Amino acid sequence: MSTESAFLEIREIVKDFGGHKAVNHVSIAIAKGEIFALLGSSGCGKTTLLRMLAGFETPTSGSILLDGKDLAGLPPYERPLNMMFQSYALFPHLSVRDNIAFGLKRDKLPSNEVAARVDAMLKLVQLERFGQRKPHQLSGGQQQRVALARSLAKKPQLLLLDEPLGALDKKLREETQIELVNIIHEVGVTCVMVTHDQEEAMTMASRIAVMSEGRFLQVGAPAEIYETPANRFVADFIGNVNLMDGTLVKDEIDHVLVRCADCTHYVGHGITGTEGMAVSVALRPEKIRISREGPSSSDGVDGDFNRVRGTVKDMAYFGSFTVYHLALASGAVLKISASNTERHRDHAIGVGDIAWASWSPTAQVVLTS
Amino acid sequence: MSAVKTGRGWAVIGVPYVWLLLFFLLPFLIVLKISISEMDIASVKDVLTVQNGAIVLNARFSNYVTLVTDDLYFSTYLSSLKYATVTTVLCLAIGYPFAYFMARARATIQPALLMLVMLPFWTSFLLRVYAWKGLLTEHGWAHAVITSTGLDHLLLRAGLIPGEGQLMNTPFSLVLGMTYTYLPFMILPLYSNLAKMDLRLLEAASDLGATAWVAFWKITVPLSKAGIIAGAMLVFIPCVGEYVIPELLGGPQTQMIGRTLWDEFFSNNDWPMASVVAAAMVLLVIVPLALFNKYQAEANEGRA
Repeated sequence: MSTESAFLEIREIVKDFGGHKAVNHVSIAIAKGEIFALLGSSGCGKTTLLRMLAGFETPTSGSILLDGKDLAGLPPYERPLNMMFQSYALFPHLSVRDNIAFGLKRDKLPSNEVAARVDAMLKLVQLERFGQRKPHQLSGGQQQRVALARSLAKKPQLLLLDEPLGALDKKLREETQIELVNIIHEVGVTCVMVTHDQEEAMTMASRIAVMSEGRFLQVGAPAEIYETPANRFVADFIGNVNLMDGTLVKDEIDHVLVRCADCTHYVGHGITGTEGMAVSVALRPEKIRISREGPSSSDGVDGDFNRVRGTVKDMAYFGSFTVYHLALASGAVLKISASNTERHRDHAIGVGDIAWASWSPTAQVVLTS
Repeated sequence: MSAVKTGRGWAVIGVPYVWLLLFFLLPFLIVLKISISEMDIASVKDVLTVQNGAIVLNARFSNYVTLVTDDLYFSTYLSSLKYATVTTVLCLAIGYPFAYFMARARATIQPALLMLVMLPFWTSFLLRVYAWKGLLTEHGWAHAVITSTGLDHLLLRAGLIPGEGQLMNTPFSLVLGMTYTYLPFMILPLYSNLAKMDLRLLEAASDLGATAWVAFWKITVPLSKAGIIAGAMLVFIPCVGEYVIPELLGGPQTQMIGRTLWDEFFSNNDWPMASVVAAAMVLLVIVPLALFNKYQAEANEGRA
């Protein structure tokens, strides 16, 4: 993305907490209207980065530009952005209306304008009937919507979401994800969210930055991050994956061969590497087929590639799919996820059975780091 | 079955109630009885006596009439309420900032700060109040500080002392003594309230455009209301009935209900009148206490 189209630009930002760099030289440009997710486990620096955007932490070095203006030196209460806090931080002594009106009143808006704006926000989050309630009289999902309404009331240029759905239970979270994205798109606000939940990031964000130890390991669209992870960490962090270490034995323009302990991978794309180098092959469980008899050929690839024989060690039935753990000759375990497309399978594979796993040349990703 | 429904559960709840019944309610009923009794030379007559096989009621409510009609009692109550209110306001004004910064201090030094607040309790209350006598007389250093800084001019103009350099036995010395004594009772509930506060609420306020000052008045103060009320009650209620401090530090101008009570009992030996004064004081204290309890109940419901 070119710098000219960037609405929010973070340049070489560093946050040093007494020798520990919580955020370490991070740069990113975010376009107007984008929902950008910072994804990582706790302690990776994602929250510190968000708090620097909000103004609660001062960067050690680097700059943040919003719509071309440097935010440095602006206290939180003067920044044209609002934040939805983790577990909401609603003011317990104020009604829903007064919570939403809090920011508007700080701008010294006339009371009829405040009232009109609060009404509009209540309508947006479908809480018209709850204006007079106190936060503790609302369910978790309703509180979340009040928090969203409060953070959108001032028409911020940038919306920050800190674990927006973290306080909700799983079922409610799935419904709310879609609702939240719809509201954000309706308002058209640019959004930076922090989450440790990869599903949340995948379903809500247009782009994701995977963070670890204060750095961005990969930035890309959800599908890009999932299907073409840039390195072992990202492949392992996002979703389930089988990582196999091996040696690059053949490097052609249109394919490569990687020899691993249990099998040889024929990968249908070229990489930048040299023959003999150590690489890893990432293979998602749902891209592997499991069968009793070995495949006659692996999707048109001649030779003994992309297949392996093993013993089913464990099996977990999830309803829509079943996960098999296939113990291989080297002692490694291959995770396989198979869709349960039929109700009764006569020759279902069970624990202790010997089975073949096979995959196509487009299933794997070769990782050099 | 829950513990409350078992015999042991009832015993745990019951013991304090029995205690209060025996040592608070019963004595108070006796005081009420005395307040409507007549006085012999040295003893109080029974309200109910049996004369010729018939029960005779010897109740007398004239003391209550005296309480309302005699200016002395009314103005004494008023003056008690006035000094208790001034003390409470001063304790709040000094205690709130103190409790606030204590609650926001580094967690490692908070126990030490708390200890320092409670340190005065290690010395007898009587001794500490008496010490002020020495400090405020003409040879005391507190006296020297106040007169040399010209603070006594201000006090004189405010009508708190009768003349320049006269600090002892004045409204000033009384309020000073009461504020000094009751300050910890204001600080402790305020501190425990402010220390519990979710600081993210202040960040949220700041994010929504509130300066630190606005956030303090719109968020911190309303949320510490329960602490303010608890502290105010703990200062106000004992101050109304305070006897020792007015006796040691107060003067002729500072007649308070505790001293009137003492005078009725021990100087005038008028037990019925003293009982009337005592009963009225209990009522005076119970009303704010009831209001406090009502607020607490509402606040607890709000948090559930």
